Amino acid sequence: MSATRDEASTQEGSTALGAAPALVSARGLVKAFGEGDKRRVAVDGIDVEVLEGEAFGFLGPNGAGKSSTMRMIGCTSPATGGTLRVLGLDPATDGPAIRAGLGVVPQEDSLDGELTVRDNLVIYGRYFGLPWKACRSRADELLEFVQLSDRSDSRVDTLSGGMKRRLTIARALVNNPRMVLLDEPTTGLDPQARHVVWERLFQLKRSGVTLILTTHYMDEAEQLCDRLVVMDAGRIAAGGSPRELIAAHCTREVVEARPADGETARPAEVLASLAERIEVLPDRILLYTDSGDDTAAAVTHHHELDLASVLVRRASLEDVFLRLTGRTLVD
Amino acid sequence: MRTALPAMEYWLLRNRRYWRTQLSAMTVGPVLYLAALGLGVGSLVDDNVGADGVQGVDYLAFIAPGLLAVTAMQQGFEESSWPVIGALRWWGSYPAQQVTSLRTRDVLTGHLLYVTVKLTAAVTVFTAIAALFGAFDSAWVLAAAPASVLCGVAHAAPIAAFSITRRVEMSIAAFYRFVILPTSLFSGAFFPISQLPAGLEQVAYVTPLWHGVDLCRDLALGEATFAASLGHVAYLALWAVGGYLLALRLYARRLAP
Repeated sequence: MSATRDEASTQEGSTALGAAPALVSARGLVKAFGEGDKRRVAVDGIDVEVLEGEAFGFLGPNGAGKSSTMRMIGCTSPATGGTLRVLGLDPATDGPAIRAGLGVVPQEDSLDGELTVRDNLVIYGRYFGLPWKACRSRADELLEFVQLSDRSDSRVDTLSGGMKRRLTIARALVNNPRMVLLDEPTTGLDPQARHVVWERLFQLKRSGVTLILTTHYMDEAEQLCDRLVVMDAGRIAAGGSPRELIAAHCTREVVEARPADGETARPAEVLASLAERIEVLPDRILLYTDSGDDTAAAVTHHHELDLASVLVRRASLEDVFLRLTGRTLVD
Repeated sequence: MRTALPAMEYWLLRNRRYWRTQLSAMTVGPVLYLAALGLGVGSLVDDNVGADGVQGVDYLAFIAPGLLAVTAMQQGFEESSWPVIGALRWWGSYPAQQVTSLRTRDVLTGHLLYVTVKLTAAVTVFTAIAALFGAFDSAWVLAAAPASVLCGVAHAAPIAAFSITRRVEMSIAAFYRFVILPTSLFSGAFFPISQLPAGLEQVAYVTPLWHGVDLCRDLALGEATFAASLGHVAYLALWAVGGYLLALRLYARRLAP
């Protein structure tokens, strides 16, 4: 498999963080649609830097501005304001040159269902100006990589959702991209198919390809991302590695208590004194604490409460998101 | 132009599996029209107005070049209306192309190049069939075929511009019913536009199809003059280029919002 990038171009300026060049650098990036009263701001002045070789995530609920940001980075949607450099170039003037170095896995597969699996890859290679022969051998190589060689001559219409997603990932690698953009790469897939996709992406990352992905699944962000930003309503609420984010915005552990009668308001008053901080959700109460077991014991033995269940878990990005925005990621 | 070739190749690849269906569609249509109108209606016309009664020729010779231009327009419509909506929304074609090295201009140009290839095939088949019907006397008909391709492109480019803006595919059916069909019938292909009521004749002059019909007919009958042909070609080119430039703007607005 030759998804690896051997030659690392060094035209881009190094950043303060180290030797790796910034493949994406955005300052005050804005995307707005419409004019006047109908103006809607999708991305509201964000600063982002993605370094070569890392897996970078945009985490946020639907409508947070993740996809709009991805389209600006992918040079298919012009920025309304701010500055943006991708692969060291300006999307406003160097769109085709930038796209030549990118692989894009869109949310909607955009595969041609009537063409065969292989033809979808071959023609895509042609779009990058590769000769037919090179396209064909590259297609076979990539089908191997995403474990679809045996479906090479099938029409895309006959593939499962997971296979289509893998094919879309293979297609994004046709041009040996330096950076791959993945918009919600596992949304709509069953758990097994998700794991296959994650495994391929992980291998890709190990081979040195820079990944940028959007997701509203915190487990996906934790699995794949070295660094991520939490987006909400077009702005960046926080950024860092998953571990840093949890450390900065959360306690180490969380106790989840479910009242037997489903009524959370009154138990919440009682539980407030047992933890550093609590969050009240419609069906349960979250207690943030550095010692889950002790807090859980205190909750369980509290004589005023009638609880259906009490459990202890590690704090996750979901909790970070709840803390930052007051909302859950997946409603 | 060269950078747009991969986008054209996509359309050829996509249509490769249907080539038999498409060839039979290109063949059956002309045979039926030429038989029913050229021979059937033609015998009635020739019996009543004489064998050289329609602009100095028999009805088959009159109608064949007109049908050639109409065929080109219809084929241009076929390939630049639904397929534009399909490429944008159903088949992933444009969304896939726009994230590659291709520019919006290449996406559009590649599609229209494919339309031109398809048009060339359709008018070649038509011309061959009409020749077998004995519709042509002059070798100048060989110039009518490329003229009809130009007529097809003059329609395909603005229709692509229209189609890329449509959100409801129903409007394509309405466009066919209220624009393409009346234009086909009343732009001089089936009868001279001098037969039209006053006022409508002037409308017919404005349609690119009339210019295509008149150009093809003059060439096929070997009666073309340089000045008139140049005028027709210029008018059709104006529609083709104007439509292309308009489509370019509208494609950019739709594909890269």
